[in-house]
Amino acid sequence: MSSNQKPKATRQAFGEVLAELGTKHTNLVVFDADLAKSTKSEMFAKKFPDRFYEMGIAEANMIGTAAGMAMQGFVPFICSFGCFVTGRFDQIRMSVAYAGANVRVIGTHAGVGIGDDGHSQMGLEDLSLMRGLPTMTVLQPCDELETRQMIEFLMTHDAPAYVRLTRQNLIPVHDGEYRFRLGRVDVLRESATANVAILATGATVQECVRAHEILQKQGVQITLANVPTIKPLNSDDILDIAKGHRWLLTVEDHYTIGGLGSAVAEIISDRSGPTRLVRLGVNDQFGESGEPIELYDKFGISAAKIVQTVSGLLNS
Amino acid sequence: MRVSIIEMLTEAKSGHPGGSLSCTEIVAALYFSEMRHDPQRPDWSERDRFVISKGHGVPAVYAAMAHAGYFPVQELMTLRKTGARLQGHPDRRRLPGIEASTGSLGQGLSVAQGIALASKLSAKPWHTYCLLGDGEIQEGQVWEAAMSAPKFKLGSLTAILDYNHGQIDGRVDDVMSLEPLADKWRAFNWNVIEVDGHKFEDLIPALQKARKATDKPTFVIAHTIKGKGVSFMEGKIEWHGVAPNKDQETAAIKEINAKGVRS
Repeated sequence: MSSNQKPKATRQAFGEVLAELGTKHTNLVVFDADLAKSTKSEMFAKKFPDRFYEMGIAEANMIGTAAGMAMQGFVPFICSFGCFVTGRFDQIRMSVAYAGANVRVIGTHAGVGIGDDGHSQMGLEDLSLMRGLPTMTVLQPCDELETRQMIEFLMTHDAPAYVRLTRQNLIPVHDGEYRFRLGRVDVLRESATANVAILATGATVQECVRAHEILQKQGVQITLANVPTIKPLNSDDILDIAKGHRWLLTVEDHYTIGGLGSAVAEIISDRSGPTRLVRLGVNDQFGESGEPIELYDKFGISAAKIVQTVSGLLNS
Repeated sequence: MRVSIIEMLTEAKSGHPGGSLSCTEIVAALYFSEMRHDPQRPDWSERDRFVISKGHGVPAVYAAMAHAGYFPVQELMTLRKTGARLQGHPDRRRLPGIEASTGSLGQGLSVAQGIALASKLSAKPWHTYCLLGDGEIQEGQVWEAAMSAPKFKLGSLTAILDYNHGQIDGRVDDVMSLEPLADKWRAFNWNVIEVDGHKFEDLIPALQKARKATDKPTFVIAHTIKGKGVSFMEGKIEWHGVAPNKDQETAAIKEINAKGVRS
C-alpha cells in the first residue's frame, strides 16, 4: 500500500487527472449533463471552458453530440451518473459503438455504495449493459492511481469505452510501481496454499483487502486479485487463477447478473475443471437508501460478509 | 436517381421506396449543387458533412453517391446483401462517404450537432447538413438537440425535414401531429425556411441562404410527397417499407422515364 496516498473517490481522481490531461491533449473535450459538480468534470470546465460543453439534463443528446465530435478526431469524455448515461443505451449502442465513435462514457455513482440517495441514483446494471456491446472497452478502477492510469490510457485507446467510478472514497491498494494493463488481471495477494481466490473490481477491492487481513489473522490464506478490465478480459489470467484454487469468488457492487461475476462465469464455463464459482453482488433485487457500510453488509459484499462467505466455503 | 432507387430496392426485395423517393430532390440538391465534397476523397478534411438521420431513406443517398462517383453504379445492386458496404441502413464504418451510422430514429441531429461543434472548435470551414424524417421528430432526443444547437450558435448546421406526411402506422397528422411545426422551431431559436421539397428552384436558394447563417442553425421544412415520381406509390403509406416486384419495377421506371424526372 502506498503511504503517500489518502483515500479518495475514483470520481475525484478522474476529475483531477482530466484537468491535468487537458493541457497536453488539446483534442480532449468534455461534456456533462448538469452533474459536473458530482462527476468532478467541473475541474476541467474551469480550466478549459472552451472545450467543455454543458448539455443540460439531456443525456441522449450529449451522447450523440460527443459521437459526432469523436468522428472528427476529438477525444470526448461524457460524464453523468452511470445509471443515467447507460440508461440511454440505444444512443450508446448506435451513435457510439456501432458508429465506431471513440467516445469515453464516464459513469459515476457506481452501485449501492452511494448510500443515502437510494436506488434511482445507483448504477447497478451499467457494466452488464456496456459489456453487451461489441467493441466496447469496459473499465473499473479501484483506487486513485489506477484511475489516473486508466484515464491517461484512454487518451489514445482506439475503441469506445465505459469507465465506472465511485462516489465514495477508496483506500489506495497500489504502490507507485503499479501499471494498469488493458485486459490483465492484477493479483494483489497470492498464496500457494489457498483454496479460495477472490476476484474483485472497483469499490469491493478494498473490502476484499480488509477481508484478506481478517482471514490472515485467523490463519486462513486466500488469493486476491483486482480485475480492472471487465471487457476485454484476458481468459488466460482468469483460468490460471482458477486452476490453482477450489473456489473462485467474485465480489462486486453491481448486479450479480451481467457484471464481473458473469464475465468470469463465461470464461470458466468454457473449460472443464473442478473449480466452483460463487458470485457475490446485488442479487437480482433493487438497491435502497442507507449508510454505505450497512448496505454493503446487507447485500453481502462488506469485508465481514466476505469473510463469512469464505469461511463457509472452506467448511463446506 | 429515382430509377436507381427503384432498381436497387427491387433487387434487394426489401427497403423503403416511399421515404427514399420523397427526399430524392433534397439529396440531389445537396450532392450535385450545394455541398462541397470530392467523391475521390471521401475523407477530405474540409468537406461538407451530411448526416441522413432518417436512415431508412439511405437508398436515395446511395444513388446520389454512386452517380457522383463515390463507387460504381453497379454496386447499388448489392444493397442489403450479405457482406455489402451498402447496408439496409447506413454504416459509416463500411462505406467511405457515409458520415453517421443511423437507423434508430432521432439520433442523427445530435451527431450532426457534434460534427458542427467540431468545425467550430477547430475553426474549419465545413457546413453540416442533417436530413430528418417527419415521423422521426416525434423522438424526444430531436427536441433536446433543437434546444442545444441554438445555445451553441451553430450557424454551420442546417437540418432539413422531409415532410412527406406518412409513417408506418399512418398519416403523421393522425399518429402524432407535428403542428404547428414552423412555430415550434422558431420558438426554439432556429431560422426556419419552408420550401417545396421537389423543386430545385426552391431548395437550392434555401440551402444557399442557410449556408450564410452565422449564429443560428437553420431548419428547412421541405414539403414533399411520399413515393414521389411513381403514381401508384405517391401518398400511399403501404409503400413505406415494401419493395416493388419485377412488374411494378418495370411500370415505375417507365413512368419515371416518361416524365423525365431525371434527378
